[in-house]
Amino acid sequence: MKRKWLALGLSAVMVSGLAACGGGAASSTAPAAESTKAESTAPAAESTKAESTAAAEGTTSTLNIYCWNEEFKTRLEDHYPGYEKIDATHGKIGDVAVNFNITPNTDNAYQNNLDETLLNMDSAAADSKIDMFLVEADYALKYVDTDYTMNVKDLGITDEDISKQYKYTQDIVTDSNGNLKGLSWQGCPGVLIYNREAAKEVFGSDDPATVQEYVKDWDTFAKTADTLKEKGYNILSSVNDSYRVFSNNVSGKWVQDGKIVVDPALVNWVDNSKALVEKEETGTHALWSDDWSKGFYPDGKVFCYFGPAWMIDFSMAADTEGSIANAGGWGATVGPQGFFWGGTWICAAKDTDNADLIKDIMLKLTCDDEVMKEIVTKDNDFVNNKPVMEAMAKDESYGDAVLGGQNALAMFCEGADKIDLSNLSNYDQGCNEEFQNAMKNYFEGGMSYEEALNLFYKAVVEKYPELSY
Amino acid sequence: MTENKTSKGMNIHGRRAIAYIVLGIMTFLCLVWFYILFINATRSHAELTKGFTPLPSTHLIDNFNNLLAGTLPVIRGMLNSLFVSVACAALCTYFSTMTAYAIHVYDFAGKKFISTFILAVMMIPTQVTVLGFLQLIGKMGLDDSYVPLIVPAIAAPVTYFYMKQYMESTLPLSLVESARIDGANEFYTFNKIVLPLMKPAISVQAIFTFVSNWNNYFTPALILHTDTKKTLPILIAQLRSADWLKFDMGQVYVMIAFSIFPVIVVYLILSKYIVGGVAVGAVKG
Amino acid sequence: MNKVKRGKVVSYNRWGYIFLIPFVVVYVVFQLIPLCSTVYNSFFENYRSGLTQIGPNFVGLGNYQKLLSDGDIWQYLKNTMIMWVMGFVPQIVVSLLLGAWFSDPSLRLKGQRFFKTVIYLPNLIMASAFSMLFFTLFADTGPVNSILLQTGVISKAYKFMSHIWSTRTLVAFMNFIMWFGNTTILLMAGMMGIDTSLYEAAQVDGATATQIFYKITLPLLRPILIYVMVTSLIGGLQMFDVPQILTNGTGDPGRTSMTLIMFLNKHLFSKNYGMGGALSVLLFIITGVLSLIVFRMSGDNNKDGR
Repeated sequence: MKRKWLALGLSAVMVSGLAACGGGAASSTAPAAESTKAESTAPAAESTKAESTAAAEGTTSTLNIYCWNEEFKTRLEDHYPGYEKIDATHGKIGDVAVNFNITPNTDNAYQNNLDETLLNMDSAAADSKIDMFLVEADYALKYVDTDYTMNVKDLGITDEDISKQYKYTQDIVTDSNGNLKGLSWQGCPGVLIYNREAAKEVFGSDDPATVQEYVKDWDTFAKTADTLKEKGYNILSSVNDSYRVFSNNVSGKWVQDGKIVVDPALVNWVDNSKALVEKEETGTHALWSDDWSKGFYPDGKVFCYFGPAWMIDFSMAADTEGSIANAGGWGATVGPQGFFWGGTWICAAKDTDNADLIKDIMLKLTCDDEVMKEIVTKDNDFVNNKPVMEAMAKDESYGDAVLGGQNALAMFCEGADKIDLSNLSNYDQGCNEEFQNAMKNYFEGGMSYEEALNLFYKAVVEKYPELSY
Repeated sequence: MTENKTSKGMNIHGRRAIAYIVLGIMTFLCLVWFYILFINATRSHAELTKGFTPLPSTHLIDNFNNLLAGTLPVIRGMLNSLFVSVACAALCTYFSTMTAYAIHVYDFAGKKFISTFILAVMMIPTQVTVLGFLQLIGKMGLDDSYVPLIVPAIAAPVTYFYMKQYMESTLPLSLVESARIDGANEFYTFNKIVLPLMKPAISVQAIFTFVSNWNNYFTPALILHTDTKKTLPILIAQLRSADWLKFDMGQVYVMIAFSIFPVIVVYLILSKYIVGGVAVGAVKG
Repeated sequence: MNKVKRGKVVSYNRWGYIFLIPFVVVYVVFQLIPLCSTVYNSFFENYRSGLTQIGPNFVGLGNYQKLLSDGDIWQYLKNTMIMWVMGFVPQIVVSLLLGAWFSDPSLRLKGQRFFKTVIYLPNLIMASAFSMLFFTLFADTGPVNSILLQTGVISKAYKFMSHIWSTRTLVAFMNFIMWFGNTTILLMAGMMGIDTSLYEAAQVDGATATQIFYKITLPLLRPILIYVMVTSLIGGLQMFDVPQILTNGTGDPGRTSMTLIMFLNKHLFSKNYGMGGALSVLLFIITGVLSLIVFRMSGDNNKDGR
C-alpha cells in the first residue's frame, strides 16, 4: 500500500513538472501509466531520484474524498487556499495528499460504493480510509442519521461559525437527535420562472408583482392555467415541475412509526396535476427530456418553470439563438410556495485522521465571507451565506440577462428563508421517486388513483422492506 | 426444358429483388443509428435541447475539444477499455474452446455431470451473483483492480456452449485420432490443429465478448474507483452525471461516438474471418 | 467409432480433466461461491435499511412464500416472455432468411460482404446510448411523431411510452435490431462449416433453393440452431437493460413492461439478499424448465455431449 502511494506521489511530481510546460492532456494520461506500473518502478526510482522521494515523503497522510462528479473538486481547486492540483483526481494541501474517489450516480453506483466503503471502514488501512464524502438532499439522512458521519460540532465548528447559513441547508443534514452532521456551500432556493411574452399577452403585464397575483397560491394557479390555455399556453411543461414545490412543504414525514404516509400536500399535488393534465394544460414528461425542454423556446408555448438560480443561468439554453433565455424573455417571481432544488453537502466520516483539515475546508468553503463571495462572482453559485447574498440582492448593478436584466436575488433570498425542511426522513429518495413514477400512470389514465397508490406502496416496500402501509 | 428454365429464371429474379429490398431495409435500420449519433455529436448542448433535426450542425470539433479539455482521462479510458476487452476476449475464447474440447473429445467419469452442470450454470442470471461477487472481491483485496473484470472470463458457459455446438457440427473425432496416430501430444493437437479449425467460431465469440466487455458498465462501475483505471462506459456515465455547470450533452454524444469508433475497427478486422468465407469444409475430406 | 479403439482412447482421457482445470477453478472461485451464498441467503431475512444491516434471520421458505403468494412474479414472467417472443420471432425469421440467401449460390447476391458486415453494427452501440436515441426519436415532439402528424396518420402526438403495447413493441424492436445481426452471424458461422460440395451436389441433382434449405442447411445447422434458441431464451428471460433504461426502471405503464430481472434489480436497492436470492432461485427453476422444453422440442438427445 505504502509503495503504491509513494509511486503515486512520485508520478505526481513528475507530472506536475510536465504540466508546467505542457498542457492538460499530458497530465491526464501520464500519471496513469505510472501508477499501473507502480510496483515495479517505484523502488528503482526511489534510489535514483532522491529529490522526488523527498516530495512524496512530504505527505504524511491522505485525505480521501468520495463524490459523484467534479463539482466539489473544482470548488476546492479554485477556492481553497493552499490546494495544489497534481492531476485529475489527486492534489495536495500542505503535507496532506488529497485523493478524489469519483463514482458516477448512474444505477445508484455512488451510494453502493459509499455504503461498502463506510461499512468496511474499520478494516481499511489508515491511508485508504474514507475521510470525507458528499451527499445530496434526497438521501442525506441515510448517511447523516448514522454513526458513520461526524458531528460538525465535534470537528470544532461552532454555532457562531455557521450562523450566516440558511437554516434549511442545515435541516437537511441534521440527524434524528438534532445533531448537525454536514455543511453546504450552496443554497438552491427556487422561484417561478415565467415567460414574459406570454404574461404580456395574457395578463397585459410582465411585471413580477402582477404575475405573482396570478400564481400566488395553488387555487389561483389552477384558474390561471385555464386562462392561459385559452391563449394556447401550457402553464407548466410537466407535472413533475411542480412536484418539489409541494413536497418541500409537507406537514409530516413520509414514514411515521414504520408506516408509509402520503402527506395531504402531495395529495394536493396529485389532484392539481390530474386536473391540469386532463385539461391538457401540462404534460407528464420526465424532467430534462426533449419534450420537457421544448418550452425553452417560444414555440414550446410553456408559461412557466419552477427552478433555482442555476437552472436559469445554465440549463435554459441561454446561448442558443431563438431561445427565450437568449432574448432575455424570462421573468422571476416567488410563486405559490418556497422550495429548493439541488445542492451538495460535505460530511466528515467518523474516525477520519484529518479532522483538522476537514474542519478548515468546511469553514473556508461554507462560512468564509471572502471565499463565498469569490464563489458567487466566479462560479455564479448561489452561496449558503445570507449577508453575502443579501448584499448582492441590493446591488443595483447586478442583473440577470436571461431574466431581461431583473435582479431576482431578493426573491431567491426570500425563498430560501421560507423553506421549512423539518419533515425529512431517511426514505425520501425512494418515496419521492416512486410516488412520481406511480402517479404518472394515474395522470395518463392507465390507472385509477387507488391502483396507482398501491403500485407506489409496492414499489416503496421493495426498496425499503422494513416499511408497511 | 426451356420453359422450366425461364420460369426458374424469373423466379430467381423475383427472389433476388425481394432479397435486395429486405437487405436494403435492414441496412437502413442498422445504419440510421450511427447517422443520428453523428448528427447529435455535431450539435451543441443547447441545440440538443431543441429536439432532433436531420441535418448536422457545426459543433463537432468544439464538443470534442471540450471533452479533451475536461478533466476526464478520455484517452486513458479508451486504452483501459481496450486492455480489459482484449484480455477478456482472448481468455474467454481460448479457455472456452479448451473446455468444449475436453467435453467433446474425451470420455471420462463425471463428464455427463460436468456438461449438464455447465449448461445449468448458464441459466443463472448474472445480476444476482454480482452482490456476492462484490463481497468476495472485497475480501480478496481485489477491489479497484482489473483481475475481477478479466479472470472470470475464463469460465464463460455461454461461449463454451457455442464452441461445443460448433465442434459437434464441424470437428470430426477422426481428425483428432489421426493426429494422435501421427504422434502429436494432446496440447499440440489442441493448439495447432483444433484451434485453427475453430477460427470462425473463435472470431465470432471474440467479437461478442469484446463488444460486451467494451460496453459493460455495471460491474466495472462497482469495482474501479481510480479515475485513471476507469473504462469508457464509466467515464460516459460520469459525464452524464456532471454538475449543472459542466453538464453538456454535446460532449456526451461525442464521447459515445468516440467510444464506438474502436469497436468498429476491431469488428471490421475480425469480421473478415466471419464474412470472408474461410473454408472449413476442406478439412473434412 | 472411437469405441473401437477404446483401449487406446482411455489413456488419453485424463487429458479431459486437465483441459477442464482452468474453467473449473475460475468458475468455483468467482461464480460458485457467490452462487452458493445466493441460494443460502434465500432462506434468510437479510437486507439493509440505509446503512443498518437487518438479519440474517432464518425464515425458512418465507421469502419464497411471499414471492409466490404475491403473484406479481407471474405477471413479470408474462411480460418478459411476451417481449422476448415479440423480438425473437422476427429475429430468427430474418436471420434464417438472410442466412439462406447468403448461402444460396444460385441467388448470387452482390455486396454480400457489405451486408454481412453491416447487420452486426447496431450491437456495437451501448444499450444506454441506444435508448437515448430512442427517447429522442419517439418523444412526443420527436421526429417519428411529427412525421405521423404531417402525413395525417394521427391527429395528436402519440405518447409511445404511455401505452402498454407501444412500449412493449419498442422494447422488442430495440432488442430485435440489436441482436438479429448477432444471430445471423452465429448461423452463418454454422453454415460456413457445411461442406459446399453438398450444395453443389444438390444443385446438380436439380434441388430447388427451398429444398436445399430444408433438406441440407437446416438439419446440419441444428446444433447451432439449438444454441441460438436456448441462449436467446435464457438471454430473453434475463432481459434487463433495454426495458430498464427505456422505462427508467419503472416498467411503465403500470409495470406491464417490467421484466423478472428488473424486479430483481428492485431488491438490490436495499441489498435484499434474502428476497433477491429467493427470486433468483425461482428464476433458475423457470429457466431450467423452459430450456428443457426447448431441448425436448428440438429432439436433441445428446445435449450432454454423447
